[in-house]
Amino acid sequence: MSVLTIVENWEGNFKKTSFESVSYAKKIAEKHKTNLTVISFGSSNMNELANYGADNIINIENTSCEKTPNSLIAKICSKIINDYNLETIIVSNTNFGKSIAPLISEMADTGLFSNAVEQPVETAPLTIKCKAFSGKAFAQYESSYKKNIITILPNAIGQISEIKGEGEITNFSNTDIEDDNKLKIKSLDKTNEKISLTEADIVVSAGRGLKNAENWNMIEDLASELGAATACSKPVSDMGWRPHSEHVGQTGIAINPTLYIAIGISGAIQHLAGVSGSKNIVVINTDPEAPFFKAANYGIVGDAFTVVPKFINALKNHNN
Amino acid sequence: MNILVCISSVPDTTSKINFTNNNQEFDTNGVTFIINPYDEFCLTKAIFLKEQSSDPLNCTITVLHIGTSSSDPILRKALAIGADKAVRIDQVPQNSKVVANNIFDYYSKNSFDLIFCGKESIDYNGGQVPGLLAAKINAPFINGCVGLELKNNSIEVKREVDSGHEISECNLPAVIAGQKGLVEEKDLRIPSMRGIMTARTKPLQVINSNIEITETFKITTNSKPVERSECKIIDEENIEKLVDLLSNEAKVI
Ligand SMILES: Cc1cc2nc3c(=O)[nH]c(=O)nc-3n(C[C@H](O)[C@H](O)[C@H](O)COP(=O)(O)OP(=O)(O)OC[C@H]3O[C@@H](n4cnc5c(N)ncnc54)[C@H](O)[C@@H]3O)c2cc1C
Ligand SMILES: Nc1ncnc2c1ncn2[C@@H]1O[C@H](COP(=O)(O)O)[C@@H](O)[C@H]1O
Repeated sequence: MSVLTIVENWEGNFKKTSFESVSYAKKIAEKHKTNLTVISFGSSNMNELANYGADNIINIENTSCEKTPNSLIAKICSKIINDYNLETIIVSNTNFGKSIAPLISEMADTGLFSNAVEQPVETAPLTIKCKAFSGKAFAQYESSYKKNIITILPNAIGQISEIKGEGEITNFSNTDIEDDNKLKIKSLDKTNEKISLTEADIVVSAGRGLKNAENWNMIEDLASELGAATACSKPVSDMGWRPHSEHVGQTGIAINPTLYIAIGISGAIQHLAGVSGSKNIVVINTDPEAPFFKAANYGIVGDAFTVVPKFINALKNHNN
Repeated sequence: MNILVCISSVPDTTSKINFTNNNQEFDTNGVTFIINPYDEFCLTKAIFLKEQSSDPLNCTITVLHIGTSSSDPILRKALAIGADKAVRIDQVPQNSKVVANNIFDYYSKNSFDLIFCGKESIDYNGGQVPGLLAAKINAPFINGCVGLELKNNSIEVKREVDSGHEISECNLPAVIAGQKGLVEEKDLRIPSMRGIMTARTKPLQVINSNIEITETFKITTNSKPVERSECKIIDEENIEKLVDLLSNEAKVI
């Protein structure tokens, strides 16, 4: 079995999810005593990939994750998969990974596992446990395809381990693959300058209990004290208190950080669906009967407007 | 203009998820099925495009579903909301490949300018069908689409990418994997009495599938997350205790 990872960078810098998928793929490669190949698009820091186990790094020249249409990226990857006869392909289930994986699956005729949460249970036939029902359950799939793509759920597979690989770089220049889909990328506005929600280790989230948009200052302060990303419940983004990109839950972004702090959120089933994969949950709510307490590890029954400032102070003291 | 909206049938978001038959099957007992929420945003967008077009009578919205007769109520609902025609290909949607092959087969025999899918089904959250379909058609694929504007024979689209938003332009036909943003929550339509009445006169066509069911990719077992241990309640006057637990017990800060 030969193993490939396709990694993502933004403006040349690899994302944490890229190291996660290299590390996941390396474990599979080691199990099969084979090399790990990595495809990277126009990054200059490719040696970093070797620290997590990349043996062969294929650098696709004159492309970038931001500016090259997904369909062209998928065509290039499919060609390499066929040329090198690569069988197990790992991609992170980020927006980028989600977009290219099904395209490649069709082009290279592979099985497709979405949102894997662990290493394969079985490798022949390939069997993997994946997230289902927006986190309310898991489904274990079995594939009898020769080639398979696995998208892994960001933040779910545990420790990223540093296993040194050879890190030999080959340049691939794309002169003969054309994209006839005529999708022209016109502009890119970068809104997520802060820590990205799906990658964040700690997420501070607030709900309708906060009463209005101005009260988010203390949430931002708490988040910055913890180095956390911020999130919110659905009604909060519906009312325009926070951007839609922060809405977590069944119909929003699904996250599984190591720590999720929910402030003034009742814990409706649709909210829990998107956050129940969090390893630790802290709930701050005035209502002791709020359903969220049943899904939490730690809880404070109290008013957010007094508890949060105290919490920030206690963290400041702890950090000093 | 011909618009195709692919809809999947999923358990209502309030459903408790359980399995039967030795965890092999999803337990549908007491579960209400609904139009996948992302697909509903797409359907509403299609209705907007029709209403805003210069010649609404020449714009047809077809909703397509691969599934058994148990899904007919959601197709009726789609008609009551405003689709012109519903088609059900009578086959168990075994896996995404089977679904995409069926949609492609139907697409090839009819002609569509725009194909809408939801960005993912909220049951198995695959997010696979639209991409598989786009590659089959060899059409532009806009995943996570949050805005669409029609311009003669092309579209300008906005989508969510990992660093923010991307605006691009492409020709038709195109495959859109949509979500909220295409239209807003408040734009979603509740079927009116009149809508329900006229839906009865609209066609709900059931056709046989030409696609062979393959067992090349299947679910072998399902499971549920392990329950969290009892919540430790900390007194708000003693918040240092929480910091201590997070630091020394959970080891997360
Ligand atoms: C189809 C569908 C999909 C949905 N998808 C999602 C989703 O993806 N994500 C999502 O979040 N929701 C989703 N919902 C909505 C969900 O059902 C709930 O309505 C929503 O999560 C409630 O948000 P909330 O907890 O912020 O508000 P509320 O339910 O109003 O809860 C506010 C909480 O704040 C507490 N509170 C009040 N004042 C204070 C204070 N001063 N200090 C501390 N606590 C206080 C209250 O006790 C209460 O528990 C969906 C609903 C539907 C129908
Ligand atoms: N059985 C089905 N019939 C028609 N369309 C479907 C079906 N299953 C999925 N789709 C479409 O594909 C999208 C993504 O689904 P999935 O790949 O299953 O997550 C859905 O939002 C639908 O638009």
